[in-house]
Amino acid sequence: MTDHRPDPDQLLAELRREEHQAARGRLKVFFGACAGVGKTFAMLEAAQARAREGVTVLLGVVETHGRAETAALLEGLPRLPPTQVEYRGHVLAEFDLDAALARAPQLIVVDEYAHTNAPGSRHAKRWQDVEELLAAGIDVYTSLNVQHLESLNDVVGRITGIVVRETVPDRVFDAAAEVTLIDLPPDELLARLADGKVYLGEQAARAARHFFRKGNLLALRELALRRVADRVDAQMRAYRADQSIQPVWHARERLLACVGAGPGADRLLRSTARLAASLHADWLAVHVETPRTQRQPDAQRQRTLKSLALAQELGAETCVLAGADAVATLLAYAQSRDVSRLVVGRSPQGGWRRWLRPGLAERLAQAAPDIDLYVVAQPAGEPAAPQGEALAGFYADTGAPQRASRGYLAALLGCAAVTAIAALLHLVFDPANVIMLYLLAVIGVALRYGRGPGAAASLLAVLAFDFFFVPPRLSLSVSDTQYLLTFCVMLAVALVVGQLTARLRFEATVATQRERRTRALFDLSRELAGALTAEQIVEIATRHLGAVFGARVALLLPDGADRVRAAADAMPVDAAVAQWVYEHAEAAGRGTRTLPGADALYLPLRAPMRPRGVVALAAEAHALALPEQRRLLDTCASQIGLALERVHYVDVARDAIVAMEGERLRNSVLSSVSHDLRTPLTSLTGLASLLAERELDPAQARELAASMRDETRRLSQQVTNLLDMARLEAGVQLNPAWQPIDEVVGTALRGAAPWLGAHRVRTVLAPDLPILRFDGVLIERVLLNLLENAAKYSPAGGEIVVSARVVDGALVVSVSDDGPGLPPGPTARLFDKFGRGEVESATPGVGLGLAIGKAIVAAHGGIIDAANRAPHGAVFTFTLPIEPAPSLPHE
Amino acid sequence: MNDVSITVVIIEDDRQIRRFLRVTLEGEGMIVHEADTARQGLIDVGNRKPDLVIVDLGLPDLDGVELIRKLRGWATLPILVISARTQEAEKVAALDAGADDYLTKPFGIPECLARIRALLRRHAGNAAGPAQRFGFGEVSVDLAARQVTKGGQPVHLTPIEYRLLATLIRHADKVLTQRDLLREVWGPSHTESSQYLRVYMGHLRQKLEDNPADPRHILTETGVGYRLLSGRG
Repeated sequence: MTDHRPDPDQLLAELRREEHQAARGRLKVFFGACAGVGKTFAMLEAAQARAREGVTVLLGVVETHGRAETAALLEGLPRLPPTQVEYRGHVLAEFDLDAALARAPQLIVVDEYAHTNAPGSRHAKRWQDVEELLAAGIDVYTSLNVQHLESLNDVVGRITGIVVRETVPDRVFDAAAEVTLIDLPPDELLARLADGKVYLGEQAARAARHFFRKGNLLALRELALRRVADRVDAQMRAYRADQSIQPVWHARERLLACVGAGPGADRLLRSTARLAASLHADWLAVHVETPRTQRQPDAQRQRTLKSLALAQELGAETCVLAGADAVATLLAYAQSRDVSRLVVGRSPQGGWRRWLRPGLAERLAQAAPDIDLYVVAQPAGEPAAPQGEALAGFYADTGAPQRASRGYLAALLGCAAVTAIAALLHLVFDPANVIMLYLLAVIGVALRYGRGPGAAASLLAVLAFDFFFVPPRLSLSVSDTQYLLTFCVMLAVALVVGQLTARLRFEATVATQRERRTRALFDLSRELAGALTAEQIVEIATRHLGAVFGARVALLLPDGADRVRAAADAMPVDAAVAQWVYEHAEAAGRGTRTLPGADALYLPLRAPMRPRGVVALAAEAHALALPEQRRLLDTCASQIGLALERVHYVDVARDAIVAMEGERLRNSVLSSVSHDLRTPLTSLTGLASLLAERELDPAQARELAASMRDETRRLSQQVTNLLDMARLEAGVQLNPAWQPIDEVVGTALRGAAPWLGAHRVRTVLAPDLPILRFDGVLIERVLLNLLENAAKYSPAGGEIVVSARVVDGALVVSVSDDGPGLPPGPTARLFDKFGRGEVESATPGVGLGLAIGKAIVAAHGGIIDAANRAPHGAVFTFTLPIEPAPSLPHE
Repeated sequence: MNDVSITVVIIEDDRQIRRFLRVTLEGEGMIVHEADTARQGLIDVGNRKPDLVIVDLGLPDLDGVELIRKLRGWATLPILVISARTQEAEKVAALDAGADDYLTKPFGIPECLARIRALLRRHAGNAAGPAQRFGFGEVSVDLAARQVTKGGQPVHLTPIEYRLLATLIRHADKVLTQRDLLREVWGPSHTESSQYLRVYMGHLRQKLEDNPADPRHILTETGVGYRLLSGRG
């Protein structure tokens, strides 16, 4: 029973797929075997039917090829005007993607799915335009011929002899919501052709005669039918999985295509793709870089990269491996990825070379008898490698050319030196021993400089030995042919040593490269982990990516309006491309299929929640062509994205804490204010009612009025404090002027006079206090608050001392009392807003005075502090920095 | 000063403040006219020919400083400004515009009456011409002989100190902005060099006050200027 229960993961995946598709538009492909079967006609009929249902239909691109019956179907449907793209002096009419997106119809008809857009368009291919339409939630009707399917492209080419360059990846075809096969038996098609109902175009007419042969048409029809049947089959499987009709098979096949540098790689890849599709398997395309392939010309490398790009297009995961032994490297990788079948090409070489050096297939078969091996025939005479721009080796050993030229020089010098030494030793030793010296030189050169110089050294050594030390000396005679054996041995030694050296060197280079990549990623992650702000991340990312990829880098982050922007000093970038990349979370620009004309490569900085920005890299083309480099770049990009997201959430969390803190403070203010303001208000109300409602004798009335006045003063002081605090919170605006402190002490004492009545006040000002630059109004406020505080917290009749003196280059002002002193605990809390010393105090006053003092003193660059003094009492001290004062003119 | 009836115009938009001022001043035998807008106030000052006008800086229809400037265009009567504590810059602007003194809200009745009396006395005194002798506390100044004594002992003042003191005496009991003092003592080109003023004011206090740190006569109006308190009235 349990076997028939749907797997929850699978159900979830199904749900996700449905959700994803609900938001996306539905793609319907009208699929045919070849031109002329009536795809466009059927497509327009279907569109008309939808329009009658009330769906808004837009005709994006429709090729009627002048057929009246097709044109009749355009009736009543709005057409999208094409956009004009200028390319090399020609004006080409192209599908206007932006206009289509802007008009946002429910359904759009876009003929010729496989069309290649004019250079300069946003996407290289029309199917990419369709992808964007679908992503925008627009349904699309399109048409496609079987020969344009990527995986069947070469098969059709072989059948018909005509290779089409315009192809559509199988995955987009397979992802289509519906595929309708438009089928027409070959005889009928030929009849239509004879009636001139099929438009072929002027130049195509000759090729077409060759193309539209019955044999071809039959084969194409079969291909088309079979492809659709495959699809139906896949749907059936999916349905069964959905309905859980039978337990689902889990063991996943994985294929690995070994991409060589030869010309047949593309065919190998297409075969593998078809095989993988029929097996419903994942597949990998791998190229192995060995010391041997390192010596290949750049053109071949370029072709290999193109092949890997094709593999990616066909749905493979691509990878370039490096290893001295291709077979061992491939098998190790295959094992690590659980590959069940290997697909290799059969090398076209034959005859003796085959015996000398068995092909990859044979070697793989020998090394791993337990892995299934598919061998695909490689064509012998395919066109030569395309012209490619010069490309450095994937694992370029940049020192190689210099080393080679130096090596030959070393071979020459080495032989000369040995000859000189041998000339001396020759007098004592046999020639057979002397030759050992030469062997040593050959080994040395081969070890240091590789095979070529080693071989050269062996030749030079034999010649020098023969010439100088074999009688007749200073001549090369026929009898010396016996030294051919010596030469052969030396050559063999040189080659073997050189081979070993090259291999070691190669492995070292590969290891270094790998190490460099790991290191780059490690360094980046480590630095990003320490970044606290988006600016830091931008700086770190720009620096690292620039260094690792040798590129100019710009990071673009979204602003409030979700438009990505780069820092002002960053590399100039195409804002439109960057915005597109950000919105679609897909790469674009150089080296991709979207906007390949851009100067830089644009990658989204993906993060779990959403893209966090865009990185733009302007580098040499080859720097980013290698799959490993791209993968490294992608990893870096997601690291940066993650770091940005982390910082974002740190900000969010901090904001939340600040909000909480604010809330707490507000509550504290409210309770404090309501207590401290309501108390005097209550007494005022009470006293006023007494005055208003009772008959009082004048003495009593005066007493009540005096109390009211005192309460009002208290209230006023508190309101003043609150207002001051609010003003300071908004930012302390200093209005400093040069002035002596005495003056402010005087005004503060006068201002505090109403509270100080019951206390004795003493001022101790050191003589010759310097004049200082400060805001008199604010510092007076500080002193007033300290005096008020002293008066409040010390008993009547006590002494309050105000003093000022210079200590350590700063003016120190203190206000001390002889009251009970400070409460135990950290003094800093006294200066917190609403942090009054005693918790529940009958002494009035919102605990703002000291906080205000702290804010003001801090704004002046000073420090405020409090301490207890012996035997009892508290002393509050603040400092003001002393600056060199301007000189005064003498009278 | 209560035998001749004195007329006061109060330009203030708050009814309670007007009321308490009216009761206070009428209690002193003055005739009070109230205006709650600047417009009405200007009309009242024109019609009633008051001896003094009290202006609130925050009026609904016109900025108080602007009102003072307008009044000063044609009237020489004393102007007393009432303003909130946080408006130091506005006080200075009002004084520079021609106001004679200011009161900071909240203020008490004694303070208010003292200011009004000082203003009225000074105005009357100016009309009578400068006095020959002037005294405050233990200090006595003979303006004709340019001699200053404290507790009978002669005090030596530098020329600038003397000019400063003379200026303060000329405007005794009235607040003088730093600008006013600098202009009168140092000349119009030094109106921004307030540190001179503070230093010399400090010297004056050292020489004339009993406790320079807690002065009784040469008072600082923080953020505004100085005032010489004569101790009369």
